[in-house]
Amino acid sequence: MMKTISKVLIFLVVLFQSTVLFAAAPKPVLNPGDASWMLTSTALVLLMTIPGLALFYGGLVGKKNIVSTISQSFMITCVVTLIWFVCGYSLTFGEGNLYIGDLSKLFLKGIDVASLNMTIPETVFICYQLTFAIITVSLICGSIVERVNFGALFIFVILWSIFVYAPIGHMVWGGGYLSKLGVLDFAGGTVVHINSGIAGLVAALVIGKRKSKARPHNVALTMIGASMLWVGWFGFNAGSAVAANGSAGMAMLVTQIAAAAAGVAWMLAEWFTGEKKPSLLGMCSGAVAGLVAITPAAGFVTPSAAFVIGLIVGIICFLACAKLKSALGYDDALDVFGIHAIGGALGAILTGVFAAKSIGGTAGLLEGNAEQLKLQLIGVVVTIIFTTVVTYIILKIVNLITPLRASDAHERDGLDLSHHGEQVS
Amino acid sequence: MKLITAIIKPEQADNVKKALNKIGVDGLTMTDVKGYGRQKGHTEFYRGSEYEVAFLPKTKLEIAVSSKKYKKALETILKTAKTGKIGDGKIFVTNLSQVIRVRTGEKGDKAI
Repeated sequence: MMKTISKVLIFLVVLFQSTVLFAAAPKPVLNPGDASWMLTSTALVLLMTIPGLALFYGGLVGKKNIVSTISQSFMITCVVTLIWFVCGYSLTFGEGNLYIGDLSKLFLKGIDVASLNMTIPETVFICYQLTFAIITVSLICGSIVERVNFGALFIFVILWSIFVYAPIGHMVWGGGYLSKLGVLDFAGGTVVHINSGIAGLVAALVIGKRKSKARPHNVALTMIGASMLWVGWFGFNAGSAVAANGSAGMAMLVTQIAAAAAGVAWMLAEWFTGEKKPSLLGMCSGAVAGLVAITPAAGFVTPSAAFVIGLIVGIICFLACAKLKSALGYDDALDVFGIHAIGGALGAILTGVFAAKSIGGTAGLLEGNAEQLKLQLIGVVVTIIFTTVVTYIILKIVNLITPLRASDAHERDGLDLSHHGEQVS
Repeated sequence: MKLITAIIKPEQADNVKKALNKIGVDGLTMTDVKGYGRQKGHTEFYRGSEYEVAFLPKTKLEIAVSSKKYKKALETILKTAKTGKIGDGKIFVTNLSQVIRVRTGEKGDKAI
C-alpha cells in the first residue's frame, strides 16, 4: 500500500514539476514590432543583391561584359531561392548535428502561418535568411567575371549553396560547432564575407586570369550600387538582431560610423599615394570594406570601436587591393578577396578585440577577455579551411561536367553577346 | 572652296561653334572621335591598379567654307580652340572640288 502511495506521490511530484517547468519555459509569442522590422529588413537585404551588388559589379567591368555580370546576380537570386526552398533552409537551420542541419524541413515541410522563430513568423525568418545566402553566392562572382562560363556558374551555385553555405551557416547560426564554441558573428562576417571572399579567390585561381583587363566602364553605376549596398546593410546588420530593439539600433549606428570611417580612410590613403587623387571608386570601395568589417562586430561593439575598425579596414583593404593583389599576381577581378575576405577576417578578429560587455554581453580583449580573441581566430580559420577545400572540390566536379571557363573567342567578344545574345549600347 | 577638318578638345567645341556663327559660318558637322597625337594616352588608377588609356576622346569638326571666308574661319578656329596645353589638337585643310545642296540642287559657293 505504502509503495503504491509513494509511487502516486512521486508521479504527482513529477507531474507538478513538469507543469511548473512547462509554465516557466517562455512560449514563443509573436511580436508585431519585431515582425514588421524583419519584413522590412528582408526587403532591404534582397535589394543589396538586386540591383545593388549587380550595379556595383556591373560598373566595374568592361562595357562588353555588363549584361553578363548583372545577369549572374539575377540568376543567383533565382537559383539560390529554389535551393533554399528545397533543402537549403533545412540544412542550415534544421536541428541536425554540430556541422550541418537535417532534412526535417525539406520543401519547407511543416511550416504554416502560425510557425514562429523567436518572436517573428518563421516564414519571415526563412525569407530573411535566404537573402543572406543569395548575397553570399553573388559576391563570389566578382572574382571571376569577364571569363566564367555561365553554364558552369549555374551548376556551381547549386552545389556551393548546399555544400558550403549550409554547413558554414549551420555552424555559426544554426546551433552548430562555432556557435557552441562561442564565436561571435553578429551578421555574417564569417558566413557571408570570409566565406564568399575565400571562395572567390579559390575560383579565380582555378579559372585563371583574364586575357586582358578592361578598366571599369562606368563608376557612376558602381556608386549607385555601393549606395544601395550601404542602405541595404541596415537590414543586414540591424536586422540581425532579429528584433526591433536596442541591439538593432546600436547595430545600425555602428554600421553607419564604420562605413563612413572606412570610406574616408580609403580616400585619404589613395589621395596620398598612386595618382594622388581622391577617387569615387576609392570612397565606395572603402565604405563597402567598412560595412564588411563591422558586420560581425555590430551588436557587440561601441560607436568608438566602430570608428577605429572603419579606419583600420579602410587602409588595410586598400593595401590588399592595390599592393597585395599585384604582388601575388592572382586575378581577383573585382576584389572579392581584397575587400570581403580581408575585411571580413579583420572584422571578425577585431570583434574579439573590441567586444564590450555593456553592448552585447560579451567582453573582448580590451576588457581583459583574451579567450574571445582566440575563439574569433578559430572561427576565421575554420571557415577559411572548410571553404577552401570544399569550393576547390566543387569547382573540379563542375569542370568535369562543363568547362569553368568561357572559350577564348567568347572572352574576346565579351560574354554579353557570346553568352546572352544581348548588349547595352 | 575648302574643307576644314579640326580635331579639337571636346570642351572647346562649343566656343568654336559660337565664334564661327558670329562670322557667318553657319554649318558644320561634329563627330565624337578618339585618337592620340604627341600627347599619347594617359594613365588612370582604379583601386591602385594602373590602366593605360591609349586613345583620348576628341571632337572632329568638319566645316566647308567659301574661299572668301576661309582665312577668317581658320583664324577663328585657331583662336577659340586653343588652350595652350598639350592635346589641343590639329587642323587639316583640303581643297573642295564640289558642294551640292541636296534640297535645291544648288552648287558651289551658293550651296555652302
